[in-house]
Amino acid sequence: MSITRKNFTALLVAGALAASLAGCGSGTNTTASSSSSPSGEITVFAAASLKAPFTQLAKDFEAANPGTRVKLSFAGSSDLVTQITQGAPADVFASADTKNMTKLADAKLLDGAATNFAANVLEIAVPPGNPASIASFADLAKADVKVVTCASQVPCGAATDTVEKASGITLSPVSEESSVTDVLGKVTSGEADAGLVYVTDVKGAGDKVKGIPFAESDKAVNTYPIATVGSSKNKALAAAFVAAVTSEAGKKVLGDAGFGAP
Amino acid sequence: MSFELRASLRARNFDMSLSLADGETVAILGPNGAGKSTLLGVIAGLLRPDSGSARIAGRQLFNLDAGTHQWDAPHLRGTALLAQEALLFPHLSVVDNVAFGPRSAGASKAAARETAQRWLAEVDASSLADRKPAQLSGGQAQRVAVARALAAEPELLLLDEPMAALDIHAAPLLRRVLKRVLKDRKAIIVTHDVLDAYMLADRVVVVENGRMVEEGPTRQVLERPRSHFAAGLAGLNLVTGTLGREGITTPDGRVFAGQHDPGWSPVPGQAGVAAFPPSSVSVFLGDVHGSPRNSYAVTITDLEPHGDQVRVRASAGSDGALSADITPAASADLGLAPGMEVRFVVKSALVSVYPA
Amino acid sequence: MTPDSAHRKESMKTTTGYHGVPRWIYAVAAAGGLLVVLPLAAMLLRVNWPQFVPLITSESSLAALGLSLRTSAASTVLCIVLGVPLALVLARGEFPGQKLLRSFVLLPLVLPPVVGGIALLYTFGRQGLLGKSLEMAGVQIAFSTTAVVLAQTFVALPFLVVSLEGALRSAGNRYEAVAATLGAKPTTVLRRVTLPLVLPGLASGAVLSFARSLGEFGATLTFAGSLEGVTRTLPLEIYLQRETDADSAVALSLVLVAVAVAVVGLSYGGRRRAAAAVQA
Repeated sequence: MSITRKNFTALLVAGALAASLAGCGSGTNTTASSSSSPSGEITVFAAASLKAPFTQLAKDFEAANPGTRVKLSFAGSSDLVTQITQGAPADVFASADTKNMTKLADAKLLDGAATNFAANVLEIAVPPGNPASIASFADLAKADVKVVTCASQVPCGAATDTVEKASGITLSPVSEESSVTDVLGKVTSGEADAGLVYVTDVKGAGDKVKGIPFAESDKAVNTYPIATVGSSKNKALAAAFVAAVTSEAGKKVLGDAGFGAP
Repeated sequence: MSFELRASLRARNFDMSLSLADGETVAILGPNGAGKSTLLGVIAGLLRPDSGSARIAGRQLFNLDAGTHQWDAPHLRGTALLAQEALLFPHLSVVDNVAFGPRSAGASKAAARETAQRWLAEVDASSLADRKPAQLSGGQAQRVAVARALAAEPELLLLDEPMAALDIHAAPLLRRVLKRVLKDRKAIIVTHDVLDAYMLADRVVVVENGRMVEEGPTRQVLERPRSHFAAGLAGLNLVTGTLGREGITTPDGRVFAGQHDPGWSPVPGQAGVAAFPPSSVSVFLGDVHGSPRNSYAVTITDLEPHGDQVRVRASAGSDGALSADITPAASADLGLAPGMEVRFVVKSALVSVYPA
Repeated sequence: MTPDSAHRKESMKTTTGYHGVPRWIYAVAAAGGLLVVLPLAAMLLRVNWPQFVPLITSESSLAALGLSLRTSAASTVLCIVLGVPLALVLARGEFPGQKLLRSFVLLPLVLPPVVGGIALLYTFGRQGLLGKSLEMAGVQIAFSTTAVVLAQTFVALPFLVVSLEGALRSAGNRYEAVAATLGAKPTTVLRRVTLPLVLPGLASGAVLSFARSLGEFGATLTFAGSLEGVTRTLPLEIYLQRETDADSAVALSLVLVAVAVAVVGLSYGGRRRAAAAVQA
């Protein structure tokens, strides 16, 4: 039986309708059911220091759940909070400290409670070759050492303040940057003799910097929480991603990047 | 010679030489684009020629001949330039403008101001001393500009058509001022106006196409022109050709019979010119009674009012343009119009013949 | 110009009543105006007015404002010192490579400021082209207020050069030629004729440079760092404050806008005076 053109067109239209209906159906499925596989697309807002591990986690997630797509957006935690508060479309939020997550919780913008999934401590970063021969936190306070830290208003700066108070050593940095990336940049370019950054930043910079761990670092631990955003249009997929992050596999990826357990 | 110059500039088709005696004023006459402003620019040091040299009273202004490369900057030359526009410095008062030259030479503020006031009095502009240039009329500004140029005590004063931008009331005033201040001073004045030449210049130089075509004492050049431009300024018809017994023969073959100076006999074959005023020309249609001398077939190109007469301009082929002045009634009787072919008859008693 | 022709020009401006602007242009212009005005209005609405004065007079705010004004003034002076000769040479000079030089001088106008900062770092930083020798001579530029001034000068210089070069070109050099023939040496001509005649253009260019220096952020951040009282200018302070204290950030932004409006107002007045002088 030959398919006339009219019949063929009708078939096409019918097929398209069926496909779109099926697509609609899976999109509006908001009940989290373990039997149906997660699908669709989510946007994850994550702190800048999570770039390396989260990119890997997203890839793994997409591979494990074909048909899904994870879009990532990295920035300073407070910038992300501002964007979410102003209505930016985010499904998941991973912050570099609990303070910023609390801001969203207080504004009732979260779906459920946040989970702590990682911890980060400070480490001294010096240019390869350690030109100023830094060996300890106290060395940073020496008069001729050019040390760069984060400003107190950002999470890594708050951690620095805590360490200073706890150890009783006050630093006189030549610059207090607004982001830890800028601190790292000043070290890698050789402008600064040393900088206070996260362990994960040192790992991520590879052989561009040399890391010097110091004892007082455990006095200021930054706990990283993750949560689903209340305005998410795909809460099932969002929850699935959060679960992936907090799973054993996720913990391994984070550990490889230098994060500690929460 | 107190000033001499020789210069050529290929890009502007310019090649001239000029000399001035002490205290002499020379007028440079010529059509637009003839190279008059180029000449002044070269002397003042604002324009560099390809080759040439110039001296003032023993000092070398520039020498670009034969491998030498001496070029004095404008501020070292002692030549002050006055242009059509006064170009008074807008941010300085009149008296400070005039004092500019003396101050640049190192005089103190007070001494320079005194000199300035003196020169302002010289040009009848003392009452304008404290005004700003924007508050002056064209004529007033030009007088101040003259004072400013003279206060700089130049060796040679250069004037580039100073009366050109002035209205008909201001020009005579400035002319009188210039006549007074140019006495005993070396000056070169470029002008279109015959009146300037008569009133201010001892000598006249006529330039055309970047070259000098005629020069001599003012009255001589303007009463006995040898170039078409000078003839135009003097209001005379001019034809050139070779001298013969009666007058001159033009290259086209026309014979212009005329009178010559009693003391001079024409040498046949030499170059000569015949000059005659338009008022000596009569216009006829068709052939003329009695076949007189000096009768030429011409084609009318233009008719224009000229005082109480009508000036008929006509073309005589390669002999150039000729003009005739006739009464309006005669023009109407003849029914003259451009394009008509008529005959010009010139009274030979009014034709001057002299060597080119 | 004679007094009566000046009068005629004025009267042509006011009595004709025909300005040749089609009506629909006004609608489009209004849209353009709104694009600029609405964000400012939105910001004004967010200002925490009761807290405004304490916010802008806090220690860090005053330090930032003072530093911004001081460094902008210094960089404006540097722009004038370096920019006037540059503008003169580009407008009046004749030498090989002139067009190329002009392109390079205008480069900071199109370069992202952060890129400018990186370039400055590679020049004056500790490992930089000149920085290495300066470091050995005991001169430290990185992390100092000098670095801030350098960064500001780098981005603001083109504004002065462009403004002044335009004024020099339109003024022409006829007055300079006259001055020379009156016996004035080249330096005297520059001092007494050229510069006084383009003073309005120079002033307007300086004001633009000051405004640009005041708002400079990217190059300062990359090259000079951020330390209160030393290198943390007002834009850097706002950038930091918005991490924790949005009210403070908005209040300081308003201060910056107010200074910018004052500066633009001065510049516009200067331009009107310049136009009047040229017409005379």
